[in-house]
Amino acid sequence: MDNKNKNSNPTIFQGGTDRRDFLKLSAMAGMIGAVCAMGLPLNSWAAQPTPKAGGVLKLGLAGSSTSDSLDPGSWSDTFTFVGFSAVYNTLAEIDVTGEVIPELAESWEASPDARIWTFKLRPGVTFHNGKTLTTEDVVASIQHHLGENSTSAAKTLLAAVVDVRTQGSDAVVFELQSGNADFPYIVADYHLAIMPSEDGVANWRAGIGTGGYQIKQFEPGVRLVLDRNKNYWKPGRAHFDSALLLGISDGAARVNALMTGQVDVINKVDLKTVDLLKRNPRLVIEETKGSQHYTFPMICSSDEFKNNHVRMAMKYGIDREAILKSILRGYGSVGNDHPLQPNHRFINKDLEQRQYDPDKARFHLRQAGMESFKVDLHASDAAYSGAVDSSVLFKEHARKANIDLNVIREPADGFFSNVWMKRPLTTSFFYSSLTADRMFSLGYANKAAWNETYWNNPRFNELLLQARGELNDDLRREMYNEMQVLCRDDGGAIIPVFANSVAARSTRVTHGGVTAPYGELDGLRIIERWWQA
Amino acid sequence: MSVLKLLGQRIALGIFSLFAVSVIVFLAVGMLPGDIAEAMLGQSATPETVAALRTQLGMDQMPLQRFISWFGQLLQGDLGVSLANQRPIADLISTRLGNTLLLAAFAAIVSVPIALTLGILTALYRNSWFDRVMNTMALSSVSFPEFFVAYLLILLFSIKLDWLPSMSNISPDSSISEILVSSILPVITLSLVVIAQMMRMTRAALINLLASPYIEMARLKGIRPARIIFHHALPNALAPIVNVVALNLAYLVVGVVVVEVVFVYPGLGQLLVDSVAKRDIPVVQVCCLIFAMTYISLNTLADVLAIASNPRLMHPRG
Repeated sequence: MDNKNKNSNPTIFQGGTDRRDFLKLSAMAGMIGAVCAMGLPLNSWAAQPTPKAGGVLKLGLAGSSTSDSLDPGSWSDTFTFVGFSAVYNTLAEIDVTGEVIPELAESWEASPDARIWTFKLRPGVTFHNGKTLTTEDVVASIQHHLGENSTSAAKTLLAAVVDVRTQGSDAVVFELQSGNADFPYIVADYHLAIMPSEDGVANWRAGIGTGGYQIKQFEPGVRLVLDRNKNYWKPGRAHFDSALLLGISDGAARVNALMTGQVDVINKVDLKTVDLLKRNPRLVIEETKGSQHYTFPMICSSDEFKNNHVRMAMKYGIDREAILKSILRGYGSVGNDHPLQPNHRFINKDLEQRQYDPDKARFHLRQAGMESFKVDLHASDAAYSGAVDSSVLFKEHARKANIDLNVIREPADGFFSNVWMKRPLTTSFFYSSLTADRMFSLGYANKAAWNETYWNNPRFNELLLQARGELNDDLRREMYNEMQVLCRDDGGAIIPVFANSVAARSTRVTHGGVTAPYGELDGLRIIERWWQA
Repeated sequence: MSVLKLLGQRIALGIFSLFAVSVIVFLAVGMLPGDIAEAMLGQSATPETVAALRTQLGMDQMPLQRFISWFGQLLQGDLGVSLANQRPIADLISTRLGNTLLLAAFAAIVSVPIALTLGILTALYRNSWFDRVMNTMALSSVSFPEFFVAYLLILLFSIKLDWLPSMSNISPDSSISEILVSSILPVITLSLVVIAQMMRMTRAALINLLASPYIEMARLKGIRPARIIFHHALPNALAPIVNVVALNLAYLVVGVVVVEVVFVYPGLGQLLVDSVAKRDIPVVQVCCLIFAMTYISLNTLADVLAIASNPRLMHPRG
């Protein structure tokens, strides 16, 4: 067992490597435009080893459903994310270093207050049906997610967009409620796929995009067959002749399909069997570090958790290392009760890692006027596989701190509509976000739709707004540092671990050596980025 | 005459049952916590998007009104569209129903003859070693959960021997030989589950008859065992056997979701499970109606065959 654990790559990230400063990026937008005018920025797109063209990529993916739809607003799991990321492009793209780079927009610039963003469209891009991409298509595709009647998952993401309009024949202007220095990261979201428009309305039913692959056959919950788009505008991408995505919900069936060579790549490898796969010389394990984090949200407005000392007692009462070891088998890293993953560019490096400390937990309980504390923990594997087990472990850890957690197993079906954000203590998860602002705005800002702890810290909310419009990276870093401290020492979420997403590939297919740090399967772009070995 | 009368009765009752099933399914799905809007949007739901989706899908209408309009469409032969992805239900169902029926048919072709033959042989040689071994094997194969049998078969035939695919990746363009090859493991799994019950029922029914005086008489007359079985015993044992075969055939159509999941077989069961999870009532309704129709028609068929095999019922006096 010990030997296995040594192999399983237990920890962790080194401190965040500094990415290119965002400030510079915004300021250089004009310059990038100039570079683009001379030619495409090959450094970002072309992979280093020479990719081999041809072949079929077969993916066996968890996260498909018979209710999957072509509507980008409804995409909610891996199958649609990965499949349609090959069919559609977005205005901007996240490259393998986690940097935002131009895609359908060839450049962009912001007003000094970061409130007005102008995206200049790449000329000469065509859809799969031969239609030329226009600014109207872009506006219609964005508006698909806006408005009162929108049911899009990206509606919250675009909540700050007041207006989106064309400017001339080659530019699209976004007007925001308040400045947002991270806006190019937002338009790189896969939900904001650019579709052709008809009479100003985006036509999602056609399944036509500008991407490297076109849809040949789509049977929801079963398969998606893609053929290479011969007129793809992006050089150095889309090497496979075709791609076949199969929805395989059963974890053992996915592993079997990979072992027997029926598929080349699978996602969500069962961590209980990953060490067995590692022994197979024809298979390679691929990890995306910290791609999601698990949380135990404590509702701060509830009677149980309105006293911060109780929340602190809970945070000291969990053994994060034990959860990392037994639930994630080392495929992850410990969390520090704030939602920025350890390789995030704005990670607060001076913030001390919180340890399991029953004495401190009891101290905080006494500060709250309690000798012991009893509370129900509503757990369900709907949050993540292993959520119930983590809860039972937590119960054992907390017992030493005089905290009695009563773990109640809830049905996975309907967990997020009936239990989560309704009971004082539940299990939950978040996909880690590329930008600190998005993470904090979605899950921690006062009145945010998914502020799962109903936390309302005035200082935090003030900093959030300030940081969002701040184009100076150093000032931003200071603010984000303080916000991490506030989350950690006052917030309602216990964040025990960051989980890596673990995929496996056959040696029949390969990639450029580095895969994207965000989003599983090379930032969801596996189909256009990988090639046959 | 009586067969026709029974058929008429059964069809009328069947139609009533189907209506009852659709009402019950509608009420049952309605009683599940959450609705399609919440299920579809999942963790990303906000009150505004849930409200907007409810309006779009017509979920803000009264349940009775929704049921009546759905039923009206159904009477006109319109299965409607899936609420979850706006595809016509007829399209969603057609390939999957075909796959399910195909798998059930393959499994039936394999399992029914084997079960009957084994049942007859074990009845003939009851309490012999052959009988005991067969019974033990049948009982153990039915005692293992389906998925366990399935994984064992995959481990042996796909991973160790590499003879057969571990998953049934069949599509509308697959050739019949591809479909056959990829169905072998699911068919074996299903057969192992259903053979036991049919075999043991055949055995029990025959043993019961073989002890009766007229068989004794036939034996004393010196008739060969095979002739006794096929001409004298089997026709009288047909009714219970047909019934249990019908039940197992119905199971092959409606109860195979576990096998579908393990072998990634795109059948109706997975569609039903996904649709219930998404509270996609129209799809759930259609799937349940198909399953109910399978049960009703197979049971009716079994009754008709039972009557046809029994002259006393076929030609009742008075």
